[in-house]
Amino acid sequence: MSNLQAFRDETRDWLESNCPDSMRKPMTSADDACWGGRNWVFKSDDQKVWLERMAEKGWTAPDWPAEYGGGGLSKEEAKILREELKNIKARSPLDSFGIWMIGPAILKFGSEELKRQHLPPIIRGEIRWCQGYSEPNAGSDLAGLQSKAEDMGDHFLANGQKVWTSYGDKADWMFCLLRTDPDAKKQLGISLVLFDMKTPGVSVKPIKLISGSSPFCETFLDNVRVEKDQVVGDVNQGWTVAKYLLTHERAMIGDMGLASAGSKTLGMIASEKLGLTNGLLSDLVLRNEIAKWEIDAMSFSCTAERVRDESKAGQGVGATSAMLKYYGTELNKRRFETLMRVGGSDDLVWEGPMSRDGQVAKTWLRTKGNSIEGGTSEVQLNIIAKNILGLG
Amino acid sequence: MALILNEEQLMLKESAKGFLSENASIKEVREQRDSGSTTGYADTLWPKMVDMGWSAILVPEEFGGLDFGNVGMAQIVEETGRTLTASPLFSNAIVSVSLIKKMGSDDQKSNFLPKLASGQLMMTLAIDEEPHHNPEKIGMMATEEGDSYLLNGKKRFVIDGSTADKFIVVARTDQKSKGKDGLSLFFVDSDAIGVEVERTQMVDGRNSAFVVFKDVVVHRKQMLGQKNKGFKPLSSVLDLANIHLSAELLGICEETFDRTLQYLKQRKQFGSLIGSFQALQHRAAHWWSEIEICKSIVLKALQSYDQDDARSPFLASIAKAKLCEIAELSTNEAIQMHGGIGMTDEYEIGFFIKRARPAQMLFGDHNYHVNKFAASCGY
Ligand SMILES: Cc1cc2nc3c(=O)[nH]c(=O)nc-3n(C[C@H](O)[C@H](O)[C@H](O)COP(=O)(O)OP(=O)(O)OC[C@H]3O[C@@H](n4cnc5c(N)ncnc54)[C@H](O)[C@@H]3O)c2cc1C
Repeated sequence: MSNLQAFRDETRDWLESNCPDSMRKPMTSADDACWGGRNWVFKSDDQKVWLERMAEKGWTAPDWPAEYGGGGLSKEEAKILREELKNIKARSPLDSFGIWMIGPAILKFGSEELKRQHLPPIIRGEIRWCQGYSEPNAGSDLAGLQSKAEDMGDHFLANGQKVWTSYGDKADWMFCLLRTDPDAKKQLGISLVLFDMKTPGVSVKPIKLISGSSPFCETFLDNVRVEKDQVVGDVNQGWTVAKYLLTHERAMIGDMGLASAGSKTLGMIASEKLGLTNGLLSDLVLRNEIAKWEIDAMSFSCTAERVRDESKAGQGVGATSAMLKYYGTELNKRRFETLMRVGGSDDLVWEGPMSRDGQVAKTWLRTKGNSIEGGTSEVQLNIIAKNILGLG
Repeated sequence: MALILNEEQLMLKESAKGFLSENASIKEVREQRDSGSTTGYADTLWPKMVDMGWSAILVPEEFGGLDFGNVGMAQIVEETGRTLTASPLFSNAIVSVSLIKKMGSDDQKSNFLPKLASGQLMMTLAIDEEPHHNPEKIGMMATEEGDSYLLNGKKRFVIDGSTADKFIVVARTDQKSKGKDGLSLFFVDSDAIGVEVERTQMVDGRNSAFVVFKDVVVHRKQMLGQKNKGFKPLSSVLDLANIHLSAELLGICEETFDRTLQYLKQRKQFGSLIGSFQALQHRAAHWWSEIEICKSIVLKALQSYDQDDARSPFLASIAKAKLCEIAELSTNEAIQMHGGIGMTDEYEIGFFIKRARPAQMLFGDHNYHVNKFAASCGY
């Protein structure tokens, strides 16, 4: 038996005895997700146990080095773990900007001290992170950011304003892009710094979304002290780190196109809602729309698989994260437009049990942000055109 | 199994690329079309393809073949999509070989497979009767008479039908049956008494035939597979044929894209390269993304077919539906982004749309496969 087969068998056994039953059921809403952090209140004992057991093995960050608490798995092993988790329909033990975004950046660019300080609490879900990139006048044109950090000798002093900071009010630490050289050209004077949200001078104000919730905030920085050893990569080289991090963010957001995997398919949901006539969905126009979506979704999920397998084998063009982000988010938006059509007026009910308080409608509205956050669809198309196709 | 090509498959793709660019460029397609020849493909090309071993790729070793698998074969097919190469590779070496491999008796296999592998025998499937593919709606009758059958009916869109030595004909052997039941397949010589073949030249310059069968006598030994049980194995080979057509369409998508991208980098208007206009950049980037998606689903469908995965019928329809959609996008965008020159016969970009549409239509177009996919999902 090959080592990989042995690993698969062990993994399957371990998951079988360690993943609580309630963690093998599809999430009923975004509220079922586990984000961790200092102030996290677990939704259930099972959620807590599941996180602790996975974190103990380092499997919240399967391919990070074991010396920092990660799983230390090879790409092949990580793929097997993903497949086995999918097989039992396991919920993600931990959703985390730490794992998706700042962790990989620290691993690649951070000092040894930063790795030892920040990676283990990320893996264990003890510290929750937020992203301070966008500003009121720097969105797509991120390098136009103006919030600054002045060199005060033994520390930096940060001032300015960030906006659209997802979970800024719930996070423990922020990774933040600040201008450290006001005279350098745009991209050249930026640094990526880390600070605790409890630092004096940091304040947040939630912003309400069209979906009704307030997952993101304005963040104000008023004479905030940032320690010098909390710069990721070199001072004024933050743009390189920021871009690297964005590719990870895109991969994560793009995966939302796959979100339907594991849960009920659109075809199943529509069949239950509308019924079948002579074996065909009762609304034939909708049937066509759903089938086309599912065809695209299946093709997309094969693409995510192929891109991973190619990068493992050292083939392929790389730089495909922009494509996955673009395609995956547009797909997810389409999915929810179709779902809303399936639901009809029932799913337009905002409050009350009929629509579980507008569950589908709220998610549908939230998906509109998918093609904006992490770089808009138009920006992704620009990246593909310039970096991959070489169009000037 | 990793969703990538292995070493040998990559090599085969490279060698196909080299061979085709040397022997079968679009220049040859044009010459063939303008030569007044009636075969629909260059006569000199097929023997060379046979020498390359391509006709033997899907044939098992015991019958003189290479048994190299569909993933490999499709690499060649994809390249022929790029060069628009017409040949009997599809009708002979893919469809006929696969039908016999799957359904043939020992005798039929040892009789026909070596001859198909060595390119001596020309065979093709005669299935469609109406302008839209529908294997469940076969009207052609085969009436039993002693130890023979009497075939009556019409077939159309028979690919390479005017050059075939033999047809594999789908007919109803149970007069009262409907739909999937009661279907059987027969080998019928193209020069048998009562067979009338009319060549129809298609929009791509290739041949398909309209074939009339009038009281054609076929011995029951010429039946391929079991009586009345033809649908299931036939349908599986149609799935495979559709995956290969998807591979060909993928080649068409890639080539039209590459050529258009070149053009965007060389044509100037308003003092700038037209590739600097964001309206075109975004369309090109979207188009490129769709082709990336297409590559994955074609390879997935091929791998699953070679592994006998139960999901392969389902994946075949996904692949064909998706590739029909994107071949349409590709060939239309290619012409549009070339402007006026894209409309001329002299320039090659317009050749692709003319091959894409018949390849899309053959064995079920986009709509057919969207419907088949939905049905297979139970809605
Ligand atoms: C749900 C959500 C969560 C977010 N979370 C965070 C977070 O945690 N941290 C953070 O820092 N930011 C976050 N953002 C902010 C996000 O990164 C920005 O909204 C995004 O980069 C776009 O910037 P903008 O909103 O200023 O839009 P703009 O840049 O003003 O864009 C407006 C429109 O113009 C288009 N456009 C702009 N430039 C071009 C161009 N060159 N070519 C073609 N079209 C162009 C855009 O595509 C868009 O359609 C979040 C956003 C959303 C919606």
